[in-house]
Amino acid sequence: MEILYFAWVRERIGLPRERVETSAATVAELVAELSAREERYAAAFADLSALRVALDQELSDFDAPLEGVREVAFFPPMTGG
Amino acid sequence: MRIAVQEAPFELGAESDAFAAGVAGAGAVVTFTGVVRDADLGGLVAMEIEHYPGMTEKALTAIAEEAMRRWSLADALVIHRHGRLAPGERIMMVATAARHRKDAFEAAEYLMDYLKSRAPFWKKEILSGGSADWVAAKDADEDALKRW
Repeated sequence: MEILYFAWVRERIGLPRERVETSAATVAELVAELSAREERYAAAFADLSALRVALDQELSDFDAPLEGVREVAFFPPMTGG
Repeated sequence: MRIAVQEAPFELGAESDAFAAGVAGAGAVVTFTGVVRDADLGGLVAMEIEHYPGMTEKALTAIAEEAMRRWSLADALVIHRHGRLAPGERIMMVATAARHRKDAFEAAEYLMDYLKSRAPFWKKEILSGGSADWVAAKDADEDALKRW
């Protein structure tokens, strides 16, 4: 599965994207798995209310299942316009 | 309907003229332009806009399609830049065309409200002291979606 990070999430984790082999069933499980890896992940995912998630380029939520998903993106609330 | 996500500047006059020329039957054309402001009176050196290639175009297209469905529009245009912009530079524009101005104004506001909080762009302010801050999303921007 391809994982992408944007804005300060990218800066905190220190990379824009990575390939991850995971058996996580939901986004929340994936977040827990990543957070357990290293402190920089735990710091980025410390407050999920400050984060948004997209699955295959569609906004989703942290309870969503990951089955069949190829691309997961984590980022702060968007500030376009 | 046209959606453009680009690093290059755009010509406001040329884009507006071309848009209006394509909807000759519409009596109302509304355009809105967003410009990099210097909120800190001289403190802002640049605005860096990051986006999510692929999702950005999809999200903007979905937002514009929804506007076309909700209002009686002849056409809609969204141009949004990314990359490093100086104060005073244009960030984005939307244009809507309709038979009557109410539809054109409302649809333009809808496009703006949605692309502010539902299109994957993130702004970072580069300040003269060398510091840089990600612009935080405002509750008011999220609240603005509720009226639609």
